[in-house]
Amino acid sequence: MWSIILRDIKLAIRSGGGFSLTLAFFLIVIMIVPFGVGANLDLLSRIAPGLLWIGALLSCLLSLDRIFQLDWEDGTLEALATSPIPLSGIAIAKATAHWITTGLPITLASLPLGYLLNLNYEAYFWLFTTLAIGTPTLSFIGTFGAAITVGIRRGGLLLSLLVLPLYIPTLMLGAQCVSKGTNNPLELLALISAISLMCIALLPFACAIALRANLK
Amino acid sequence: MLINIENLDCRRGNKLIIANVSLCLKTGECLILKGPNGSGKTTLLRHIAGLNSKNINDLVNADIAYSGHLDGVKSTLTVYENLQFWAGIYKSKNLESVIKTLNLENLYTRMAGELSAGQKRRLGLARMLITNAKIWLMDEPTVSLDQATTRLVSDAISNHCQKGGAAIISTHVDLDLPESSVLDITQFKPHKDTKTDPFLEGTF
Repeated sequence: MWSIILRDIKLAIRSGGGFSLTLAFFLIVIMIVPFGVGANLDLLSRIAPGLLWIGALLSCLLSLDRIFQLDWEDGTLEALATSPIPLSGIAIAKATAHWITTGLPITLASLPLGYLLNLNYEAYFWLFTTLAIGTPTLSFIGTFGAAITVGIRRGGLLLSLLVLPLYIPTLMLGAQCVSKGTNNPLELLALISAISLMCIALLPFACAIALRANLK
Repeated sequence: MLINIENLDCRRGNKLIIANVSLCLKTGECLILKGPNGSGKTTLLRHIAGLNSKNINDLVNADIAYSGHLDGVKSTLTVYENLQFWAGIYKSKNLESVIKTLNLENLYTRMAGELSAGQKRRLGLARMLITNAKIWLMDEPTVSLDQATTRLVSDAISNHCQKGGAAIISTHVDLDLPESSVLDITQFKPHKDTKTDPFLEGTF
């Protein structure tokens, strides 16, 4: 499994990989918001948590269709499916690599971007924590969506339609948790963690079923 | 007995491609599948590899390595990185000897995307040697290979069989393998049952 994670990270960083694209998209989306809504600092700091979370979600979405599609097209997925590693293990490795190349950089980049949106000082900690705990959910749900749509040419749009509704709970809880910064957001954080853990525990098996059906 | 299959029906999608296949494969044996395009060679190989059905595992008693029409080569990785990845997956340590066997030394640091079709195929087949699996399932392994490389591959296959492995290969080219038997796959073509409604074919 380590080999898959390492290889996927390598592929993401090399030319044509999704790493820089995702990060650049996140930066640009957040940076053009003040041009759209105006330089009203109060307004910006009020909408900052939601915007940062939506930005994270959308940039995560960009690279989802690469998770299995490229391996499917060049036959690697077939070869992996006949290897000793179970399909659920492959899904875990793929989702982990996706998180390392998207979720993690987004989480780190959100801090300076929060400053650009005049985020409250108390909210920085919660922004970082919710994104760090919540982005694995995005990667695992996304991997599941990618496993379902893997055989479909240009399935990216369908993938977004499938996956975005499933992101709603995490988005709501995450954005609320950050914007409530001061009055005990721990309960929301516990819920985000619960969703994240559930996705990590269950979705790889669903991925395996979807992949097996698509490989037929 | 490495593989012992009796009366296997193979479907692709809902369509019955070949029916009542019985074959067995012993250690050291090499089975060549022959048949025209569309006769079900790929379908049978995918079935045995476990890609089309789950319950094949009871019939196959050893590790399997499958190489399909596609090479599974990543164009943005170097030749060595590609092989290293598969060596990691199969936890094998014979990487250097595989590179030597398939004459890949001088391509070592080249990006796989810059390779020719034949070189890519050779790199894809190197995976089979890395797997250390007993049974090799190869679907048209010699496509886009020149004569010298074809001989290299058939040598690798016969070497593998001599060392206690076995292989099932679908090919149109004569690989000149000793100890090989030919299985004509057209004999398993399902007979059209005139009693069933043609509109319901494949429904049940």
